[in-house]
Amino acid sequence: MSDDDTPDVEQTSPATGSEAVPALDTSPQVMGVRRGSFGVSGPGDTSGFGGLVEAIVWPAAATRPYGMPFDEVADEIDLSLAARGVPATEAIERVVIDRGEMTFYVRREHLIPFVTSLRDEPALRFEFLSGVSGVHYPHDVGRELHAVYHFVSITHNRRLRVEVTCPDGDPHIPSIVALYPTSDWHERETYDFFGIQFDGHPALTRIEMPDDWVGHPQRKDYSLNGIPVEYKGATIPPPNERRSYN
Amino acid sequence: MTQTTDKVPTDLPEREYTVQGGGDWQTILPAPEGESERLVVNMGPQHPSTHGVLRLILEIEGESVTQVRCGIGYLHTGIEKNLEYRNWTQGVTFVTRMDYLSNFFNETAYCLGVEKLLGIEDQVPERAQVIRVMLMELNRISSHFVCLATGGLELGALTAMTVGFRDRELILDLFELITGLRMNQAYIRPGGVQQDLPAGAEKKIAETVTLLRKRYKDTHALLVGNAIWMGRTVGVGYQDLAACMALGATGPILRATGLPHDLRKSQPYCGYEDYEFEVATQDTCDAYGRFLIRLAEMEQSLNIVEQCLDKLSPGPVMVADKKIAWPSQLAIGPDGMGNSLEHIRHIMGESMEALIHHFKLVTEGFRVPVGQVYSAVESPRGELGVHMVSDGGTRPYRVHYRDPSFVNLQSVPIQSEGGMISDVVAAVASIDPVMGGCDR
Repeated sequence: MSDDDTPDVEQTSPATGSEAVPALDTSPQVMGVRRGSFGVSGPGDTSGFGGLVEAIVWPAAATRPYGMPFDEVADEIDLSLAARGVPATEAIERVVIDRGEMTFYVRREHLIPFVTSLRDEPALRFEFLSGVSGVHYPHDVGRELHAVYHFVSITHNRRLRVEVTCPDGDPHIPSIVALYPTSDWHERETYDFFGIQFDGHPALTRIEMPDDWVGHPQRKDYSLNGIPVEYKGATIPPPNERRSYN
Repeated sequence: MTQTTDKVPTDLPEREYTVQGGGDWQTILPAPEGESERLVVNMGPQHPSTHGVLRLILEIEGESVTQVRCGIGYLHTGIEKNLEYRNWTQGVTFVTRMDYLSNFFNETAYCLGVEKLLGIEDQVPERAQVIRVMLMELNRISSHFVCLATGGLELGALTAMTVGFRDRELILDLFELITGLRMNQAYIRPGGVQQDLPAGAEKKIAETVTLLRKRYKDTHALLVGNAIWMGRTVGVGYQDLAACMALGATGPILRATGLPHDLRKSQPYCGYEDYEFEVATQDTCDAYGRFLIRLAEMEQSLNIVEQCLDKLSPGPVMVADKKIAWPSQLAIGPDGMGNSLEHIRHIMGESMEALIHHFKLVTEGFRVPVGQVYSAVESPRGELGVHMVSDGGTRPYRVHYRDPSFVNLQSVPIQSEGGMISDVVAAVASIDPVMGGCDR
């Protein structure tokens, strides 16, 4: 993504809700803009491509009906959440179905009932958590840090992705170690690399980096910090300083 | 740590024993009251029987282990971060170095993810998929050989070590023949494989499979039912199905509880649905069961390799889309190994457009549409998953590996606590962690 702070691409207004149920958020998610083609800007740009501006738009949110295996999962989740006293529209921000994979964006305050439903509901039975990984989207203002959970139901042979976001200024997400003990190390890793605080984790310490390390290395604002390499008189800059075509 | 026993004459000052000879340990960690025999001992990260740079923090009373915690991160190399600064094709060179005993699985999981993001899964040629499966299965055998060898070494079975490494060498020779490299091959690329099998490779693979079958019988006879081997592994490192589910353990650990969960069967990739093989299971939940599963899987893998040899039919090994297919055909020229002369002739002498194309693809790479995917393969150690995010650029936005070694190591406490120190070694050997994959 480019380094601009605000995407200056027109955002379409959120779609109006359908009649019966309050609809989930289906507005396009613009994650940033890409300018030019060779990573150069200003008068030094002689490529002729410097004026290009392209919005980075995330795959669109899905609307009902989702198609067969997905509708069944969504229905069960809605029912199960309702039984736990949480309306599905309140817990779920949006649903994305892309490349045959289903992603639920869940609000962090409702993560625990949501995940409990996934684990305990016989029709869902996502008994296995593959892992948790973090992603840092500095341009997604107010939801910069994402924790992505990958669930597997061995019983029903399904996969499901749950994405939870939190702002950089308040990086707190409830821990699900009590529900899925395997998330212990995954949450520690996500904390180590992104600085997300998993509230309720029994021992949220660094796991890959040394204990006294400063900073969270996988964040986009943490430089790769390479050093130039000299070889036969020529100097090769570190990867983070080389020309980027992104 | 203070040690007081009745045998020490009372007129002597109380003696203190510390591991490193003093320092400020007494002020940092005073010995708890009434637990004179309790010791906290570091096993590793530089210890010959911890299977790499794994650090085990053991709390022991005499010879029994009351608590274990793993310390990891000694082999963290920031591969995931580095991937964000290379183009999509270059990424293969990095991920192959993660779990260095199952390179082809790392590469395949990565490439399947890129192909899914690109939406070209159906365009990958049949021959490339067969070669991938064949290399993965050979890789599974070689990885299990190392598990057997190092596991045997750690338990004092030196012959298992020499046998395991001897037979693994045969497979590494095949890798060298096919890819030019024994390890860290970066041979499987987004869209297919780097280049076709060399002349005579199929014959050599068939010969090696025959030889491995013969030697497999020896390995089998050496360890299966061996009283000493069973004495060290039967009932050791117990972990049942519920514990596997809770702790996310996969691979032989999970299958040793009797659940035939194998991604090759349940969510096939690379055409695994067209191969005939059985998922090996045991119901003992212990280290011996995992050992038997690995042995059985090696035999099944040999079967799959033979089926691959039958399936290999001439054809391309890379997608036809020239905007994705990296020009990687190599040939030996007068100045050594380099790009194939035919390709050089084409771009330098015949087609200006081909030259531009080559230049654009090699310097800039290809763009991958925005989105995220999770692709998983069944590695020798369990589910190896890749969560991959693209922002539409020429480089990955984020790649995260769910490495089975990382997850399975969380099972060390449940398998070892309450047992003997020597059983910790057997349990860790049966988990078969590879720290390069665990720490990435």
